[in-house]
Order: sequence, then structure tokens, then C-alpha cells
Amino acid sequence: MIAHVHHENINYLKASKGLKNWLVTVDHKRIGMMYLASILCFFIAGGTFAGLFRFELWSPLKEFLTPDQYNQFFTLHGVIMVFLVVVPGIPAALGNFILPIQIGAKDLAFPKLNLTSLYLYWIGAAIALYSIVAGHADQGWTMYAPYSLSRNPAVLWMMIAAFILGFSSILTGLNFIVTMHNMRAPGMTWYRMPLFLWAMYATGIMQIFATPVLAITLLLLLMENFFGIGIFDPALGGDPLLMQHFFWFYSHPAVYIIVVPGFGIASEVIACFSKKDIFGYRFVAYSSVAIAIIGFVVWGHHMFVAGQSELADSIFSFLTFFTAVPSAIKVFNWTATLYKGSIELRTPMLYALQFLFNFTIGGLTGIILAILSVDIHLHDTYFVVSHFHYVAMGSTMIAFIAGIHYWWPKMTGKMYNETVGQIAAILVFIGFNVTFFVQLIMGSQGSPRRYYHYMDQFQIHHQISTIGFVILASGLFLALGNLIASFFNKSVAPANPWGAKTLEWQTDSPPPLYNFKETPVVTHGPYAFETEKA
Amino acid sequence: MATASTGLPEHHVAHHFDSADQEFDSVKTGMWLFLASEIMMFGALFVGALVFMTLHPAAFREGAHHLDWRMGAINTFFLLTSGLTMGLAVIAAQAGQQSKVRANIILSLVLASGFLVVKTIEYSLKIHHGTLPGRLWHGEGFHDPFVHVFYGFYFVMTGLHGLHVLIGMGLMIFALIRSTKVRFNRGYFTPVEMVALYWALVDLVWVFLFPLLYLIG
Repeated sequence: MIAHVHHENINYLKASKGLKNWLVTVDHKRIGMMYLASILCFFIAGGTFAGLFRFELWSPLKEFLTPDQYNQFFTLHGVIMVFLVVVPGIPAALGNFILPIQIGAKDLAFPKLNLTSLYLYWIGAAIALYSIVAGHADQGWTMYAPYSLSRNPAVLWMMIAAFILGFSSILTGLNFIVTMHNMRAPGMTWYRMPLFLWAMYATGIMQIFATPVLAITLLLLLMENFFGIGIFDPALGGDPLLMQHFFWFYSHPAVYIIVVPGFGIASEVIACFSKKDIFGYRFVAYSSVAIAIIGFVVWGHHMFVAGQSELADSIFSFLTFFTAVPSAIKVFNWTATLYKGSIELRTPMLYALQFLFNFTIGGLTGIILAILSVDIHLHDTYFVVSHFHYVAMGSTMIAFIAGIHYWWPKMTGKMYNETVGQIAAILVFIGFNVTFFVQLIMGSQGSPRRYYHYMDQFQIHHQISTIGFVILASGLFLALGNLIASFFNKSVAPANPWGAKTLEWQTDSPPPLYNFKETPVVTHGPYAFETEKA
Repeated sequence: MATASTGLPEHHVAHHFDSADQEFDSVKTGMWLFLASEIMMFGALFVGALVFMTLHPAAFREGAHHLDWRMGAINTFFLLTSGLTMGLAVIAAQAGQQSKVRANIILSLVLASGFLVVKTIEYSLKIHHGTLPGRLWHGEGFHDPFVHVFYGFYFVMTGLHGLHVLIGMGLMIFALIRSTKVRFNRGYFTPVEMVALYWALVDLVWVFLFPLLYLIG
């Protein structure tokens, strides 16, 4: 073979310079990095709003926010965290960067479309931020009719933002699925794909099939606001329950759009730091797809007290129990992977284990909420708040952070300080559980969510939760500072610091412009650790 | 690169693809997935209309009665025929018959314009009669108080479909321009095929819209 020094062989960070080259890039790695930076900024913004209303709840009376501001802040926290952080989160940032490399491709199938998704994200984000100054949006992230039909300009801008962000999400999912179907390297069969990619596939399916229903719902809400078309507005003969059905037809799959990518990262990290093939590869892969499919038929469990028929309630309740099966398969398989593995408790692994712990609580509390009679008691209490935070924050964001630490050397070519990373991981674990476990208790005692004033007996719970928030925030900032500090580290990260087997670790850190110097040929599965030991 | 017969250059495969086949397959998979998401979007509207029909059958019937099924039928004819001409354009592209591709696309454009003309006539009649959705409603002589909701559905559904007709026509013009720049052949006819697929969706939605709004009531 003749060795040539190609422009393509320079690492992607150095291939071209200047802000302009970043803004017009079609390189999936740069787009992924820009997504990552944007999403982390919004994570801090959304977290700040959470912190503000958490401190307001220190006592049942007014601390420093008016009730109006309190309503706005939990709305902004929800909208930012859902539409700008956890929904795009792992796929747009890490999936973009890692997916093409993991299948041995030069880029995603549609690089320009990928850049378009990023710009749609930015436009949507800008409009969402504009809604903050356009008035006060206090309808909550769910935008239920008829309250959202009051022609409040802030709410209208928020709907437009969510509409645009939906298209960004659809295009990302579409790009991923096409890439996985058509761009795999020679020898990269479906069952040699890393489980992160199966998770991306399942997520893509949900993005493509569920998000358009949100789009039409938002469009109808906008039409209802502007023209009063009467489809959702009960005053005009419309059906507000229909709006809830449409909304949850998207937003329940969206819960899985949020968490399934986290499953993918957990599978990668747990296999790598146990130095073992994942237990039951096909079951883990299929369970992602199963969750994607079942996720489409359980939306009614958000509406048990909304006036659905009892028959519908029972069916949705039954189907919801059913989602526990593939979820449990995953948890058992990850645990079985740990069994007799040579476990290294590095930073990504500490987060993956937290994920396992938090997801078990998040999943099991979901089962409790699926029980009809129990849900009537727990509906709209802090129990629900805690349940979905155990999934969205405790599982998805923790897995996201695990993934950032796992792939950081690959993405930036820098190693972070391991000890600081571990301390941060432990703080995050303690902080998160202190914040949210107590909310399960107060919720089970009937404390309703979204209330500005609360009964004195819950003050101690709120105070513990707020202290937990402080611990959690300090852990997160420590982790972020540690990652940023790594940029000042002069040494270059090795190509494969963790001894992992998937393709992204077989190329340089950071990867060259077209990912590989020559197209790789795949001869084994993604977690072939055993073959080496023997 | 240029060939003697047409003088047009051949298509180049984008840098990140290994082969023309891989590129074609990717674009086609992407298009089908996009159409699937479009169907989900329209699907929600159809479900909404059916829910309304169940809740207020009399209003639905009365609203549907005031639509002219003959206009709908003419438009169905326009759209289905344009579907045929777009299909013929794909066959011509595969055979490399550049001028036949153009003729068929232009025919489709004419038929699509016909559809829009009829739609405009219908809309102006509605405006004239005041049968507009919701707050804009000032229709007279109707019995059921909820007929305006039927027109809410009518305008949202046909409006969104009409928007798709316009986008489809834009795509046809794009394919027409491509046909003067690149030579189509058995290995490369992607733009024509994709536009035809998109146009098939426009057809498909209408084939369900027509009976739902004009005939069932």
C-alpha cells in the first residue's frame, strides 16, 4: 500500500479553522460538538430555573418569587429541559458524533440535512428564548387546551418553537435510520452493531412516527388561537380531551425518545468496563425496538383522571404494565453482564451504575402509577414529578453524562482528571437521590405538584429536596469544570484509553476528517473481549 | 463525461457514499421515512375529523352537504391523472429520454394547477357564503350549532393538503431544472423518482380526503 498524506487524514478539529468553517461544516463530528455545547448551555439554563423555584419552595410562604414568576419558572424549566435538552440530547450530540464512526462510515447519509437540523434547533431555541420576553408563559410544558388558547403571545411563541424543534428531531432520526440501513462498513452486520446504535434506531423510529403528531397538534393549537377553529376549544364545540390524546400520542413515545438513547450508552459503558460481552445481546437490542413499539400504545395512562372511558383506562393500564417487560430485560441483562466481569470503576462506569440504580426506581415507580386505583391518588402529586425525574434526569441525563465522559477522549483528544471525575459522579449520585427520593415520599402523602403554597407538614421535605439540589448542582459543575480543564491538558489522549472493542476506538483520537484512514472491515461483534483473554 | 446524444454531464456521487447504488438507496429510504412521518401528521387530522363526526354526526352531515362533490370529483381526476404522468416521467427518466421526462412533468404541473384553480373557486365560494371556521364563521341558514367545526377541519385539512400541492409543484420545477443539467439514465434518475414519490403522497391524502369530506356526509 502506498502511504499518502491526505488532507482527510488530519484530525477533524484541525482540518479547517475559524468560526465560519464550523458554521457551514457538514462534518457530523463538528455538528455533534456544536449540539453538545448548545445542549449543555440549555441544561444549565433549565437547571437554573429549577434552582430558583426550588429555593422559593424553602418555606410555604413567599421567599423571593411571586406566584406568577413561580408558574413561569416551572414552565420554562419544563419547556427548556424537554424540548431543548433531553429530547435532542443524546442522539443529536453523541449520536451525531459516534453513530457514523461506530458503523465505519465517512459521515451520515445526508450531511447537509444534518446541518439543517442543527440550524432548526438553533432557530427553535432562539424562539423559545424570545418567548421569555414576549410575555409570561405559565401553562406548563404540556400546553393543555383550553388554558393555552388564551392568545398569550409567550405561549404562541413557545408553540412555534416546539413546532420547529420537532422538525429538527424528525430530520435527525431520519438521517440516523437511513445511515444505519445503507452506510454500514463491510462486515458490519446488524448483529455486530453496538447496542448504542440499536438504541439510536429505536429512537429514530419514534422520532419519525410520533413527532409529526406533535407538529399537527401545535399547528391546530396555533390555528385555534388565531382563528378559533373550534377543534380543541370546548367553548366553540371542540374537544379538549382530543388535544390531550394527540399531545400524549407524541409525548409518551417522547419519554422513550428521551430514555432509550440512555439505554444505549449504558450498554456500551457497562460492557466496556466489565470487559465482558454484553449478556443477551439480541434481547437487549430487541427490547429497545419493543419499547419503541409498545411506547406508541400507552399514551392514555397520562389521562386516567381526564374523563377517559373505564374500558380505555383498563386497556392503557394493562399495556403500560407490559412496557415493564422489555425494560426489565435490559436491567437484568446489564446486571448479568456485571456478574463475574472485571469491573473497573472509572468515571463513566460510576455514572452507568447510577443509571442502573436510578432507572430501576424510575421504572418501578412507573409501574405503581400504571395501577388505576393508585394513580387516582398519586395523579399530579410530587410522586409523579419524582418518577419522571428519575427517568429523565436520573436515567437519561446521567447516561448522557456517562457518555460524555466515555467518549470525551475520542471527541476532544483530551483526558480529564479521573479523581475529580469520580468525586463529581458521587456528588451527583447523592445530590440527585436526596433531591428526588424525598419527593416520592411527599407525593405519596398527597402533596400536589406545581403549587406555590403548600401545607406546613411538607416543609421539611421541600428543604431536604432543596439541599439535594445544591449537592447535585455542585457535582454537575465540578464535572463540567473537570471536562473544561482537560482542554489545558497538553498530552493527547490515546486512541483507545478504555480498551473498548467498538469501531470508534480503532481510529485516532480525535478522528480524522473522514473518520478512518481506510474503510474498516469488521470481523467480530462489538464486545469481543473474551476472545482476547482466551 | 458529456455524451453525444444529449450533451449533458453525468451525475457525480457525493463524497461520503461508496457507490451510486448506495446513494440512491439512501435517498429513497430517506424519502419513504419522510412520507411515513407525513402520513402520521395527516393521520392525526383524519382521526380528529372522525372523532368530531362521532360526537356531532348531524353537524358533520350538514357541513358536508354544503360542499360540491362535483368539484371534488374534478379535482380527484386532476390529481390521479397527474400521478400517472409523474409515473410516466420516472419511466422516461430510467430510459434516459430527457425530453419525455420534461413533457410529463410539465403535464403534471398543468394538472396540479388545475387542481389549485378549482380549489380557489371552492374557497372563494366558502368565503362568499361565510362558511368559515370558528370565530370567522358567519354562515346563515344552518341548523346545527357546530357546523363551523366541520369547516375548521375542512379548511385545516384541505389547506395543509393544498400547501403540499404547492410544495410538490415546486419540486416538479426543481426536477425540470435538473433535467436540463444532468443526464438521467438507468443508474441515475433520483430527482424524478423522489418527486414522483412525494406526489404520490399528495395523491394518497386526497384520495382519503375526498370521500371523508365530500361523500360520507
